[in-house]
Amino acid sequence: MKGAKILIESLNRAGVEVMFGYPGGALLPIFDEIYDADIKFILTRHEQGAAHAADGYSRATGKVGVCIATSGPGATNLTTGIANAYMDSIPMVAITGQVKSFLIGNDAFQEVDTTGITRSITKHNYLVKDVKDLSRTVAEAFYVASTGRPGPVLIDIPSDVQMADTEFIWPEVVDMPSYKPTYFADPGQIKKAAKLIAKAKRPVIYAGGGVITSAACLELRKLAERIKAPLTWTLMGIGCFPVTHELSLGMLGMHGTAYANHAIMGSDLIIAVGARFDDRVTGRLDVFAPDAEIIHIDIDPTSISKNVKVDIPIVGDAKNILRELLEQIKKSPDTGEWLKTVKNWKKKYSLKYKDVGKIKPQYVMEQTYESTKGGAIITTEVGQNQMWAAQWYKYAEPRTFISSGGLGTMGFGFPAAMGAKMGCPDKQVIDIAGDGSIQMNIQELATCVANKINVKVFILNNGYLGMVRQWQELFYKKRYSQVCLSSPDFVKLADSYGAAGILVTKKEEVKPAIDKALEIDNTVFVDFHIEPEENVYPMVPVGEAINKIIGGLA
Amino acid sequence: MKHIISVLVENKFGVLARIVGLFSARGYNIASLAVSATLDPKISYMTIVIESQDEKILEQIKKQLNKLINVVTVIDFTKKEHVGRELVLANVKYSIKNKARLGVIFSKYIGKIVYHKDDTAIIEAVGDQSQIKSLLDELNKLGVRELARTGQLAISKKIIRR
Repeated sequence: MKGAKILIESLNRAGVEVMFGYPGGALLPIFDEIYDADIKFILTRHEQGAAHAADGYSRATGKVGVCIATSGPGATNLTTGIANAYMDSIPMVAITGQVKSFLIGNDAFQEVDTTGITRSITKHNYLVKDVKDLSRTVAEAFYVASTGRPGPVLIDIPSDVQMADTEFIWPEVVDMPSYKPTYFADPGQIKKAAKLIAKAKRPVIYAGGGVITSAACLELRKLAERIKAPLTWTLMGIGCFPVTHELSLGMLGMHGTAYANHAIMGSDLIIAVGARFDDRVTGRLDVFAPDAEIIHIDIDPTSISKNVKVDIPIVGDAKNILRELLEQIKKSPDTGEWLKTVKNWKKKYSLKYKDVGKIKPQYVMEQTYESTKGGAIITTEVGQNQMWAAQWYKYAEPRTFISSGGLGTMGFGFPAAMGAKMGCPDKQVIDIAGDGSIQMNIQELATCVANKINVKVFILNNGYLGMVRQWQELFYKKRYSQVCLSSPDFVKLADSYGAAGILVTKKEEVKPAIDKALEIDNTVFVDFHIEPEENVYPMVPVGEAINKIIGGLA
Repeated sequence: MKHIISVLVENKFGVLARIVGLFSARGYNIASLAVSATLDPKISYMTIVIESQDEKILEQIKKQLNKLINVVTVIDFTKKEHVGRELVLANVKYSIKNKARLGVIFSKYIGKIVYHKDDTAIIEAVGDQSQIKSLLDELNKLGVRELARTGQLAISKKIIRR
């Protein structure tokens, strides 16, 4: 069997249903096989769109996302999407074509050192130099991408390897002696953690994306309810716990709720689950949670004691560990006083905005929640739109908030929405965008229309690169440097692609426009002209303690 | 502080680049690096010597090394009993005067002349870090024209489970 066919057969065995990509010279043998393949193929309009779509598909479904691009520029265009998946631990397999193996290193046409370029942004990568290694490599790639702390894996396949012949053998078992992720933790550590929890007076649970990856949301909720501890989450953890739950503190960190930040700073025990104490979460490190002992549950030992010193590290899968921990906790701590304090903070520092003047982005998010009854998948771009989407929609389920956390990639949300919709066709998928971000991958409108992938894009249009403008306003004396940008008429633009467009300039038009957009059986751009200089609050300036909150009504 | 780290890795192309990348990405210079296959040709043994400015960063690098898919084992010899050796090859001027002085040097260190012709001698010497250091000081006085060193090799005194 030819290498190209072996690849497709291997993808079938790995259970791939859909892939996103773009053809090119070094991939011709593979695309000739894709012509007859049983896998749904989505031709994006840019390779970056393919990588983000595969990423969004993975985040929405939990399955491994697959994207493919040709050698040289195809591969370099994928890299932002690969790095994005890497930073947020998203399982993805990226396939790239490569120049013929005997030309590698000769500056051949469309040649780049793809495995070299992607070495530090993949969990692992492969250059397949012998067709006999191809099926095993694909099996390994899916295994590595989806196990342990997940991440993207790249397979670079020279075009002569795609054409070479060998027998197709699919390895039913992947044997990688040097790769053995830890799933079950040391029981001694769990016992120690249970003891510490029992005597805590002011515990806080701090949950991250790892809870969602490990499908441990139920166990997490049980833990919070059992030990009566308030719970906060990271951007990546949104959806792991219902916003409306009485123990919920919302998101913490730079644009987290003031009460989440006060709670973490005032706690005597932090139980971190699948989170990594990112700098956007901890703020100034030397004053972070000064009285707190820390239990850190994570599958990746490199995440532990990286930024913050941990008292009880527990390495393993969050679901397994939380189950064990629940068994070990015999006595719940007395947190009555603490919960009262937290409740007062929640009341005193509740999220607010002034609903005067032009359309407020917070209002758009609230109305989006009302119209979708909380049942939509929300993707975001990066910047103010992302923070408003994180703060003002009451998420209740995992995998309903899809956002570029670690890398902060503008242009992620739209192709990610496309991928999410492919994975969850029965759900409304809404990209909350800014007028800046949406223009970074706007070409995917053609992909959506051509494939009838009906996603909704709500553009919070303020005529600025809003988050950078906000920083320039607050920290650079309002010297607005290169943040004022013009945009096309988004309604006409949508129309020219065959999508629908709605312009919204008044508050009373917001709700009807949302309802109409959700009803239209097409991809829809809704252009909300919002208050141009609205800021995201609460806010903690970079390098400050996270209870040093500035601005607005918070 | 100086750290000697040994890493057992799969003997495949690209593995060395992955390992070195973890150091270079953090602005760490590797003092020496020695790599070769073990008795199992699928596995290579590396000895890496680095001068660490920040123990926390080094701790992170060691964890990251362990996390690499192709890495089997990582051992930091800093607090472990081990034997460390380095081999040096040096090209020195082979004069009558130097011949006598080399005799004196070889009475103190493990070394010999492995090649000589006309006024050229190539010296081979083996020793631990401090021996190599003082040997090089003495050789330097004879005029070293060219020098090649393996960098440290280290092996644990106890058998390490793989």
